[in-house]
Amino acid sequence: MNELLTQSLTYIRSFGIIGNIFLILLQIVVVFVAALLHVAYATYWERKVIAHMQLRLGPREVGPYGLFQPFADGIKLFFKEDIIPATADKPIFYLAPVIFFVSALTSLAVLPFFDGFVVADINVGLLFLLAMSSLGAYGIVMSGWSSGSKYSFLGGLRSASQVISYEIAMGLSLVGVMIMSGSLNLSEIVRGQHAITTGVYAIPQVLGFFVFVVAMFAETNRLPFDLPEAESELVAGYFTEYSGFRFAMFFLGEYTGMLIMSSVGTICFLGGWTLPQFVTNALPFLLFVPGIVWFLMKVYCFMFFYYWVRATLPRYRYDQLMAIGWKVLIPIALVNIVFTGTMKIMGWF
Amino acid sequence: MSMLPQMFFGYFASAIVVLSLLVITRKNPVHSVMWMLLLFFHIASMYLFLNAEFIAAIQVIVYAGAILVLFLFVVLLLNLKEELQADRFIGTWPAGLLVSAAIFVSLAAALQKFVPGPKGNFTIDLIQRVTHTKVLGQVLYTEYLFPFEIASLVLLIAVIGAIVLAKKRMRSH
Repeated sequence: MNELLTQSLTYIRSFGIIGNIFLILLQIVVVFVAALLHVAYATYWERKVIAHMQLRLGPREVGPYGLFQPFADGIKLFFKEDIIPATADKPIFYLAPVIFFVSALTSLAVLPFFDGFVVADINVGLLFLLAMSSLGAYGIVMSGWSSGSKYSFLGGLRSASQVISYEIAMGLSLVGVMIMSGSLNLSEIVRGQHAITTGVYAIPQVLGFFVFVVAMFAETNRLPFDLPEAESELVAGYFTEYSGFRFAMFFLGEYTGMLIMSSVGTICFLGGWTLPQFVTNALPFLLFVPGIVWFLMKVYCFMFFYYWVRATLPRYRYDQLMAIGWKVLIPIALVNIVFTGTMKIMGWF
Repeated sequence: MSMLPQMFFGYFASAIVVLSLLVITRKNPVHSVMWMLLLFFHIASMYLFLNAEFIAAIQVIVYAGAILVLFLFVVLLLNLKEELQADRFIGTWPAGLLVSAAIFVSLAAALQKFVPGPKGNFTIDLIQRVTHTKVLGQVLYTEYLFPFEIASLVLLIAVIGAIVLAKKRMRSH
């Protein structure tokens, strides 16, 4: 099987630049389809998890155990009427969901899912992710503004200030990881983690990991920080006026964003596709399991944590949200940077 | 094949000029901001084109991700109905055009006398091998540490100044 794969790869590569482009396109298609299927089943899984936490059963009508529910939802959204408000700024109203969704999907390009499998192995992968998440904020602000509705506008403004504030905390929490691995390349970060004794950065970088996880919830506008779409105050926040497929783009973008944040957490703090060396030394047969399995299991843990928190915690007040971001998370992240830097100079990391 | 770099440069250079013109001529300030976002991405691509991947990423994170969003906040709070009625240019725009044309002519004249400086240690090969981020960090924190610290002090003063101004207003209420 492996031999066949290597042979066909060499065959394709023999076509020169055309073959390489074909390989990259193939990779993009694989990542794209896998990500969208994950998004579809992330919604199903979320409904099931939350239902069981609340002593309900969740979706179970469409297909066995309700497994076709995501497709039924997708078809419904696709055939809904596309309504555009009379006061909307049309070009930007059309553009905003596209910006939001595309910026989420573009981040997938730099994620290494297992050893050697990454669409674009760039040296500034981590910065690229931060850049794409700041681009996503435009989708939210512009959708809020262009809808011409006060609920959308308030939701957009809230979301923008929230995303910008927590992006600082998130960036600073990742600086510790950058210092420890000495690289911004995501594959290098995973290899750097595999080389240390604990095998994951989550243990020496426990402060950074904490800040990252909290900021992760705020960045994706999830509970307990879902102020931008607080339904009791703002109807649905920035996408109140959207319907049909344009709404679906926001919906898909949000879940893609969650998957990406989970992947970033997995890659930067939990060792990506690798297992810690002391585990594989004790149980050598685990080395035969492909890396993608470990990667996905770690990502699913993060996703489950998203749902668990959603089913557990109430929503924060807006001033509390800002106070946590600026007065708690950013100072902790700064302390972590100083601490990690000192340790690096002392040669302990 | 050798034409490809020139074609890329030509596209980005002309796109940057066209986008800048679009930014200043739009009647709707929010549309201006959106064109400016596209402009920033083109500038970032120019940096990438020069093998400066770190600067390209920072260009998007800082300019598009932070500064432009602040612009957007101010613009969103304007009264758009009044703004759309107002003239795009103030009365003295011919004077401004004259000054910028003069600057352009003098720059173009100066370019004739341009002598490229001596080549440093940082060839494209070296930068690609060591990675741009590392090279930049090493130079910035050793050779140019003093100017770098001055720049950070200036920024710190601006931050403190903003806080002082905001506090004063709060006390007067």
